[in-house]
Amino acid sequence: MSNNALVKKRYAAERRFKAYGLAAIGVTTAFLLFLILDIAIKAMPTFFVHEATLTVNVDPALIDAANPVAGDYLGLTKKALAAQFPDVTSRGDRKALNGILSAGAADGLQQRVLADPSLIGKDVTVPVALNSGADLYLKGYATAQLSDRQKAWLDALLEKGVISKGFAWNFLLNGDSREPELAGIKGALIGSVLTIIVTLALALPLGVAAALYLEEFAPKNWLTDVIEININNLAAVPSIIFGLLGLAVFLNIFGVPRSTPLVGGLVLALLVLPTIIIASRAALKSVPPSIKEAALGVGASHQQAVFHHVLPLAIPGILTGTILGVARALGETAPLLMIGMIAFIVDVPKGFTDAATVLPVQVFLWSDLPEQAFQSRTAATIILLLLVLFAFNALAIYLRKRFERRW
Amino acid sequence: MTMTAARPASSFAPKDMTRIYTERVVLVLLAVASAVAVLTTIGIVLSVVYESLLFFREVPFWQFLFGTEWAPTGNPPAFGIVPMIGGTLLITLIAILVAGPLGLLSAIYLAEYATPKLRAIAKPLLELLAGIPTVVLGFFAALTVAPLVRAAGTALGLDVASESALAAGLVMGMMIVPLISSLSDDIINAVPQSLRDGSYAMGATKSETVKKVVLPAALPGIVSAFILAISRAIGETMIVVMAAGLAANLSFNPLDAVTTVTVQIATLLVGDQEFDSAKTLSAFALGLVLFCVTLALNYVALRTVRKYREHYE
Repeated sequence: MSNNALVKKRYAAERRFKAYGLAAIGVTTAFLLFLILDIAIKAMPTFFVHEATLTVNVDPALIDAANPVAGDYLGLTKKALAAQFPDVTSRGDRKALNGILSAGAADGLQQRVLADPSLIGKDVTVPVALNSGADLYLKGYATAQLSDRQKAWLDALLEKGVISKGFAWNFLLNGDSREPELAGIKGALIGSVLTIIVTLALALPLGVAAALYLEEFAPKNWLTDVIEININNLAAVPSIIFGLLGLAVFLNIFGVPRSTPLVGGLVLALLVLPTIIIASRAALKSVPPSIKEAALGVGASHQQAVFHHVLPLAIPGILTGTILGVARALGETAPLLMIGMIAFIVDVPKGFTDAATVLPVQVFLWSDLPEQAFQSRTAATIILLLLVLFAFNALAIYLRKRFERRW
Repeated sequence: MTMTAARPASSFAPKDMTRIYTERVVLVLLAVASAVAVLTTIGIVLSVVYESLLFFREVPFWQFLFGTEWAPTGNPPAFGIVPMIGGTLLITLIAILVAGPLGLLSAIYLAEYATPKLRAIAKPLLELLAGIPTVVLGFFAALTVAPLVRAAGTALGLDVASESALAAGLVMGMMIVPLISSLSDDIINAVPQSLRDGSYAMGATKSETVKKVVLPAALPGIVSAFILAISRAIGETMIVVMAAGLAANLSFNPLDAVTTVTVQIATLLVGDQEFDSAKTLSAFALGLVLFCVTLALNYVALRTVRKYREHYE
């Protein structure tokens, strides 16, 4: 009897233990799903935007044909909006009405007129940006930015069909801005691309060369032992330390221009170098020695055997490791804060030595701002960043599956 | 070269010495490339030590190490690292308390119980979590977890700071779960099957085998996985910058706001720096402490793992 009870107890313990394990995996998965869902919901308002389509009379009195740049385009746009509400006449009411427009409401109009000065004096129908509070209200979010009257005007415009909803191309095509409805991620996106190009151009050749040396050519002595231990330890050094290195060495000693993709790429290259070396060595090691021996057997030199036969067979593994390293560099923030890639930059960078920021730093910058619309832009940037990272990881998994060889 | 006329010299010996020279140059280039990693370490050590020495000329070393007040912008400024060490340890402790059980239990389940199908789903999910940039986790910690923790605390009648150590620690713990679970998974898989078979033959259940045979055998490896996780938590920056705040409180209450070494480094060095002020230089002294501590932890952990592998191979 007691024996039976003991067996029962032991089996119960077995089931409990198994349940704990499953629960641990469940909790982790639930956290991941909650994280992604929460950010996706926060990002929603950014992907679509409401715009008013107004017919603006380009009044030659306000826009001087000789100097169209200096014209008061915002004034014209405000006039066109007022024309929609003839009963709004008092100064205060007019001001409140203008309050639903974005500070960049007239940007589209200005571009059209500058491109085609013959429009001066004519009626032009242009999309007009609303401010972020108005946009949030139209999407059904609670906002403290608007008064009840402003909300009523927006409803009236919506009813008249003046306001329409479209995909927020602005978000992808604009640089950074102080106005949430005008802020876009193009600058950060280009900055990320430029930075990663520098990182890849440095880390891939250096990493593969170092792996080749350590795996194939280096004599086994204390020096190569030191290098090996050093590489393994370097892979676990906190990333912020690499920022200190970048600041003290690249900026202060070598005078590399601050805030640029060049210095960012340099720092990230050093950061991912150990990862690429370790992955490349593993890939080289997995090529069976018989391949090299066969090449040596028919008279190839050591280097010919390695470069013509071992290295090509190791390339899929090296690429997989490199893609994962690049994905890590793409999401890295902390070291870039130290080297000034955190500035507020409106212009889209045009080269490796222009001031720039990158996607994760843009996330950090916007996450700090109080406006509700910026919070949503932050979440949308995160979604974009995650999509890029998932694409990289999927590519790595595909390469691994496609070219994996069991010898 | 003396070759017989019947056999052209070119088929075995190089036609000229070019290839030999080229190969020598290539070999040197490869060696130089592998030295870059060492140069990086030397660069880190030199830059951090040099700026730290400049700092210690202005602030005595013992005052820095044992001072209990941190106010680099105060008048007079105070540079005592103790509150930051306390904050870092508190957040790291919370993170390990979350990640330790979750990571180890999922590793055990994946290594010993999971069907290949579940493994094929769970492993990529963990890799996915490991690949999420820390700035994203920081955003999530600051905007979603911190308010939740606060609301839960208020519901229980507790006073929770809006940037509590608990929220940052919880999210950091989730960040570390994949690290502990993948390292422990490898290590549990390296335990020879013969040990398990011996235990089963004695009539032990699977969980008894795991607890009494596999885990003790894997202990050195699991300990080093935890050490690497601690080192990772200490060096993590973005989550704490966004969710833990700047207040240098010396507190061990997880509901208080605390600050960490990495937060202070980031805050001191963002924006324009003057390199002659103790305020800027103190960031490098903090960096030196951070580098030494994580290096020591990593070195111990990596050595233990290496020995452990050799033991079973």
